[in-house]
Amino acid sequence: MPDSNKLRMQLTCPMPKLDFDIITLGHGSGGVLTNKLLDSGVFDLLTNDILEERHDGAIINMNEKIAFSTDSFLVSPIFFPGGNIGELAVNGTVNDLAMCGAVPKYLSLSFILEEGLKMTEFWEVLVAIKFACENANVKVVTGDTKVVEKGKGDKIFINTSGIGNVHPKANIGKTRIQIGDKIIVSGNIATHGMAIMSIREGLEFESTIQSDTTNLNHTIINLIEQFGNDIHLLTDPTRGGIATVLKEIALTSDFGVDIFQRDLPMDDQVASACELLGIDPLYVANEGLFLSFVDASIANSFLEVLQNDKNGKNAKIIGSVVDTHPNQVILESSIGGKRVVSMLPGEQLPRIC
Amino acid sequence: MKHMNEYRDPELAKLYLEKIAKTVTQPWSIMEVCGGQTHSLVKNGIIDMLPKDITMIHGPGCPVCVTSLSLIDKAIHLAVNENVILCSFGDMLRVPGSKISLLEAKAKGAAIRILYSPLEAVKIAGDNPDREVVFFAVGFETTAPANALSVIHAHRKGLSNYSILASHVLVPPAMEAVINDKESKIDGFLAAGHVCTIMGNAEYYPLSSQYKVPIVVTGFEPIDILQGILMVVRQLEQKKYVVENQYARIVREEGNTAAQKVIFEVFEIKDQTWRGIGTIPKSGYAVKEKYASYDANKKFSITIDEAPEHPECISGEIMKGIKKPFECPQFGKKCKPSFPLGAPMVSSEGACAAYFHFSGSVEV
Repeated sequence: MPDSNKLRMQLTCPMPKLDFDIITLGHGSGGVLTNKLLDSGVFDLLTNDILEERHDGAIINMNEKIAFSTDSFLVSPIFFPGGNIGELAVNGTVNDLAMCGAVPKYLSLSFILEEGLKMTEFWEVLVAIKFACENANVKVVTGDTKVVEKGKGDKIFINTSGIGNVHPKANIGKTRIQIGDKIIVSGNIATHGMAIMSIREGLEFESTIQSDTTNLNHTIINLIEQFGNDIHLLTDPTRGGIATVLKEIALTSDFGVDIFQRDLPMDDQVASACELLGIDPLYVANEGLFLSFVDASIANSFLEVLQNDKNGKNAKIIGSVVDTHPNQVILESSIGGKRVVSMLPGEQLPRIC
Repeated sequence: MKHMNEYRDPELAKLYLEKIAKTVTQPWSIMEVCGGQTHSLVKNGIIDMLPKDITMIHGPGCPVCVTSLSLIDKAIHLAVNENVILCSFGDMLRVPGSKISLLEAKAKGAAIRILYSPLEAVKIAGDNPDREVVFFAVGFETTAPANALSVIHAHRKGLSNYSILASHVLVPPAMEAVINDKESKIDGFLAAGHVCTIMGNAEYYPLSSQYKVPIVVTGFEPIDILQGILMVVRQLEQKKYVVENQYARIVREEGNTAAQKVIFEVFEIKDQTWRGIGTIPKSGYAVKEKYASYDANKKFSITIDEAPEHPECISGEIMKGIKKPFECPQFGKKCKPSFPLGAPMVSSEGACAAYFHFSGSVEV
C-alpha cells in the first residue's frame, strides 16, 4: 500500500494541466467537459487495453467459475489517517471477491462527484486508486462519472464492482462451517473505524491510529493454495464489526459461536480510544481484516502461515464453533463471565459519561 | 490500557467472588446507582457470577433515560422550527420524544450535531454568527462543570448566539427518593464513582446514617464493582451503615473543588422532573439569573407541555429498581431498541437496553 508521502510525490508527476480547479456540473454532463476531464489523464492513469477501447462496456474473457461483487463507498471525510476513499473503493471490492476465494481481475469504477470538489482532491483519490489496483493486480475496465449539485453529495461517492476467477482449490461457503471449526481473526480489530472516528468532526482526538485498509487477495490466495478445502468460510467484518458478522453467521446456521475477549487482538491506542468514547470495539468497522472459519486440524498451521504474512502478523484464534447454544454468539469476558453478543440495533453513538 | 487491564484481572476477580461468597450469609439487594455500572455488570457477565443471595438492582443513574419528554420535545422543536444548530451528546439522539427522536429530526433535515464537548458548541457559535447554537446540556453532576464552563466561555467571548438547554439531574436526591419509595427494597448502594469525582463523598453521609444503608462509592471496571459489592456486603453482615470509598484512586473526599466552583458560578439547585419518576425536590440545576441570556429555556419562550408516557412503559419502576427489565410484559416484544416505548431501552446506559443487548435478543 502506498504511503501518503509517496502519493503526494506522485501527484506532482501525473497531475494533468486542468482548465478547472474544481468539479463543475458540466463535468458530469457527458459532453465536452466530461470528455475533457477523462482525457486530462484519467484514462492515462488507469490505462489498460480493455479500458482504452472506450466502449459502452468492457468485453472480457471469463471462462471459469467467477465471483462477482459490488460495493459503494461513502466515507466522510474522504481523506483519513492511513488512506482515502479511492483505495478503500478498490480494496473493498477486491477483498469481497477474495472472501469468495476468487482471484480478482476486473473492476468497474463509478464516481458521483459533488459540484465544487477540488480537482486536486479528485486527482489524489485517482492516484490512490491507481496504486491500489497495482497492488491488488486488478484492472479498471469500465466506469462512469456523474456530478451532483453542491450540497447534494459529500465530495465523492464511489461505486466499484468486480469480478474474478474462483480459485480451483477454494470451497468456501456458510454451509461448510462445522462444529469444532476454529475462528481466526487476521489482525487487530476496530482499527479502521477508530481511525475515521479520530478525525470526525466533534469527536476529534489526538491519535496516530492509521486505517488498515489494504488488499487481502494475495494473502487469501496463498492460504487457499496451502489449505484449500479445510478453509470453510472467509469473511471481512467491515460495517457492524466482528460481532455483527459472527451473529449473522450463527443466526443462519444451527450452531453457536464461542469467542474469548482475552484473545481479541487490538492495538492499545484503539482500545483506549474505544474506552474513552464508550464504543464497543466488537462493533467497530474494519477494513484490512478478515475472519476465517477453518477445520480444527489445520488451525495452528493456518495461524502460523497467516502470522508470517504482512497482513496477518497479529492474527489469533479467537473462538470456535460449538453445538451447545445454537444461533447464539457467547463471549467470555476478561474476568471469565459470559454474555451474549447481539447485533447492533443502530449506529453506535458516543455515550454521555 | 495496561493500567486498565489490572482492573480486569481474572484471578483477582475470582478472589473477590470467593470473598463475597464467604461473606454472605443471607439475601441482600444492592442497587448500583449508575447506568455505567449496570452496563459493566451485564457486559462482563458479573450478575451470573455472583452468589445467588446477592441481587443487583439497577438504579436511576442514566441521565439520558431520565430527561423529561418535554425537554426532548423542546430540543426537537428548536432544531426543526427555529434558526438553531442544536448540539447534543450522542446518547440523546435516539431517545424518543413524544412524537419523534432527535435522530429522526436530523434525518428530516434539522441541524443537529453530535458533540463530545460543549466547548465545541461554543466554537460552532463563534463560527456561525447568523445562527443560534443551543447545547442540550444533559447529565449528572459529572457533565455539569463542562456545560457550565461553556456558558462562561461564551460570556467571555461576548457571544450572544449561544445558549444551553439545561437538563441536569443530581444523584443524592434521587437515591433518597428511591429509598423512600415504599415498593423499593434496597439494602445497600454502589454510589456512582464519576459523580463523586466531582462532588466528593460528603453528600452521602446524611443518607447513610438516616436510612441505615451502606453506601460504597464505586468505579466501573469489573474489579471495582466486585470490590464495591464486597464492601457493601461486609457492612451489611456486620450491621454497619457508613460511606466508604472503593474508588479512592480517583475520588477525593472533597471532590473536585475547582469543578464545583464552576458549577455554582453558573447553576443553582432547583426541583427537577425525572422522566418516569416525577418531580424530585432539589434534584436539578437551573442556569442562574446572572447568565439568563445563555439559558435556552428563557431565550426561546416555547412552552411544551409534558406529554404522557406510553401507557405500557414501566420505566419508572425499572429506574427505581422495583422491577427488572425482564419483568416488563413488553420487554423485547413491543419494546425494542429500534421501537422503544421508553428511554431505558434506548440509551446505552439504560437498564432495559443493556439487558436487551446482552441477552441475545435480536431485532428482525
